[in-house]
Amino acid sequence: MVKLIPTKEEWYAALSERHGEKIQNIFESATVAICGLGGLGSNIAFALARAGIGKLILIDFDSVDITNLHRQQYKANQIGISKTKALKDNLSEIAPYVVIETHSVRITKNNAEVLLEKADIICEAFDDAECKAMLVNLVLERMPEKYLVAASGMAGFGSANTIQTQRISKRFYLCGDGTSDVQSEGSLVASRVMLCAAHQAHTVLRILTEQFET
Amino acid sequence: MVKINGEELNVAGKTIAEYLATTNYDPKRIAVERNGDIVFKSQYGETLLQDGDSVEVVSFVGGG
Repeated sequence: MVKLIPTKEEWYAALSERHGEKIQNIFESATVAICGLGGLGSNIAFALARAGIGKLILIDFDSVDITNLHRQQYKANQIGISKTKALKDNLSEIAPYVVIETHSVRITKNNAEVLLEKADIICEAFDDAECKAMLVNLVLERMPEKYLVAASGMAGFGSANTIQTQRISKRFYLCGDGTSDVQSEGSLVASRVMLCAAHQAHTVLRILTEQFET
Repeated sequence: MVKINGEELNVAGKTIAEYLATTNYDPKRIAVERNGDIVFKSQYGETLLQDGDSVEVVSFVGGG
């Protein structure tokens, strides 16, 4: 038997009841790009899809690997599938009316502006420090009109309370503890990565509702 | 004096590149903002730090 899911109108009504119609309209008309779909990106995507963000642009060149499953929002039967497809499938099950655009490519200096053109807010969710710095410099230099929410420092078993959100400049936010490097900490655990991803997703919602950090 | 990541430093007159050379920052892992604006990577060698400047050096670590 086919189990019917709620209609788009019912979904919108349910979200509006929780967030208020004004805020839900803002969320629904927003486009957010997520660069990197690992521990940060997959968890950011879940939070934003649940909030009813209208459109997500998901970008990652990689496939789901067994070493991802301890902290990323994928399933055992998705190993080997591209992260863009796997995450789109998973998001569609929990938030079927979010529009999802996927790009299974590596973000470079040559394609970033085209990939990110339609985004109101860009989330940097890479794991490599040099890639993080590359994207942040590129967005700030070439796309100064965009909001950028980046992350640095969420490895290891340090206190949850050290993960913070800092507004570096008008449109540039940085989440994390700033120091715990996966190279020295040796591990990443879902709970602490999710804290940082939650900071990033929550910062997106606060930017959209014009609640800016001072 | 120049405020860098909240600390007042006597580096006015130096370029960003000259200042960075005195630190442990890895140039490939940082972004530099000066008075609220990004300093283009290509401009580190030409951008002079001035008295009263406020600079943020954001240094990225791995993990995500």
